[in-house]
Amino acid sequence: MTVAESVMTETKLSAQHVQMVFTRDGKSTPVLNDVNLEVGKGEFLCIVGPSGCGKSTLLSTIGGFLSPSSGEVKIDGQVVSGPDPRRIFVFQERGVFPWLTVEGNIEFGLFKLSRSERRSRVAHYIQMVGLQGFEKSYPAELSGGMKQRLEVARALAVNPDMLLLDEPFGALDSITRLIMRGELLRIWREERNTVIFVTHDIDEAVQLADRVAVMSGRPANIQQIVKIDIPHPRDISAPRYLELRNGILEQLGLAHQV
Amino acid sequence: MNSLAEPRKWERFVWPVLASALFLLLWHYSVVWSKTKVFPAPLAVEKGLAELARKGVLWAYMGDSLRRVALGFGAAAVIGIPFGLTLGWYPAVNQVVNPVMQMLRPISPIAWIPVAILLFGVGNVTAVFLIFLAAFFPIVVACISGVANVPAIYRRAGRNFGLTAPQLLARVVFPAALPQILVGLRISLGIAWLVMVAAEMIAVDSGLGYLVIDARNSGKRYDLVVAAMLMIGIIGLLLDLCFRRLGNIKSVRWGFRDES
Repeated sequence: MTVAESVMTETKLSAQHVQMVFTRDGKSTPVLNDVNLEVGKGEFLCIVGPSGCGKSTLLSTIGGFLSPSSGEVKIDGQVVSGPDPRRIFVFQERGVFPWLTVEGNIEFGLFKLSRSERRSRVAHYIQMVGLQGFEKSYPAELSGGMKQRLEVARALAVNPDMLLLDEPFGALDSITRLIMRGELLRIWREERNTVIFVTHDIDEAVQLADRVAVMSGRPANIQQIVKIDIPHPRDISAPRYLELRNGILEQLGLAHQV
Repeated sequence: MNSLAEPRKWERFVWPVLASALFLLLWHYSVVWSKTKVFPAPLAVEKGLAELARKGVLWAYMGDSLRRVALGFGAAAVIGIPFGLTLGWYPAVNQVVNPVMQMLRPISPIAWIPVAILLFGVGNVTAVFLIFLAAFFPIVVACISGVANVPAIYRRAGRNFGLTAPQLLARVVFPAALPQILVGLRISLGIAWLVMVAAEMIAVDSGLGYLVIDARNSGKRYDLVVAAMLMIGIIGLLLDLCFRRLGNIKSVRWGFRDES
């Protein structure tokens, strides 16, 4: 795929002046401070920022699980007022239901469909995430990477137009994580959903995203949006890759050397 | 499987049998050496059991006890599970009901005996009611905490897929809380079995609990007393083993990581 293809056309999501203040024990903590963001249809956006800065809070707000203290999030021009199957939130693999089999998990959101439709969707997504042969297995019998793929399959099965991924590969080992990144890109190319991907791993962001939104420390806003103008598959030793990556590191105030 | 980590099949069987045999031997020689005239030796108990079986009382009494426990425990489960799930689901309701329940909970079912007799007279209903009371509170408490301990992430995923509140309760909260509910059921079945003995001693004239008190009162037949005790113990163990088995069902096994 070329860069030109992924250039945003239509606005899918727009966040305007989103403020979030948490109040606990009479103390109020501002978490998000005037976040403005536009995401195009079919775009892959990564959000990076220091840990605890409010990346996940922003994602939960987009998902409709939290409502902003002020400002608004619009998707397809409509204000987000609650969770919706059209945008599925994917956690680290902890979100799969341990009491259901692989099939049962993927089928979970398909209760409004006919039996035959459910079957064909389940079969399709089991194939897509490479879990053939594990249809009747329970999550406890799967590895971390397989559980993560299962959760992605469960999300994709309901044909959402947005996937919200909250550090989805954070709990995986580094080899599995690399494989999963490739898998996610492959699936995204097939499905063309809009993806918002929160991570604290800058390399991960630069490898995956069309654009990377860099958040400041708390109370957070978006400091900068970096366009990653490298076509896939990306060469992670190319000068342009390193330049973009170092730019983001600098933006976050991190040194280049350990 | 590593033989160091997991006992071999024959070991799991042989050691308990050996321990039981040792216990019987110890019991036998304690009776012999102490020259007691009152306390029966294992062989006397065995003869007592045979006598009970011959008269047809043994099976009849076991059946009666099991039926009362099944009724009391069953009613406690049927009423207690929906009640506990509701309280867990609506914390506001729980806050209203909880103080009363926490006050009723520590009252031993035995203390309810006079009230139960006043309400239901001396008879089967009283016995079943006492067993019901014993099982009810642990079930309710297990359901409340089961629901409260359902990870927020599961509820959130359920809501994300567009589930209505009743669907969320049936398809996410209940299955997620089920392992803990099963533990509650197992504990309360144990308590129900304990309370059955006391309930039968005062309220009815059949059952293993009745047998204990009756064998003592009519002729100090301690061989029969101990025989009844032995049966109570064995059946209690079997009931518990059956319940433990439920934990092996795959859709709940994830919740029992440390038990097998």
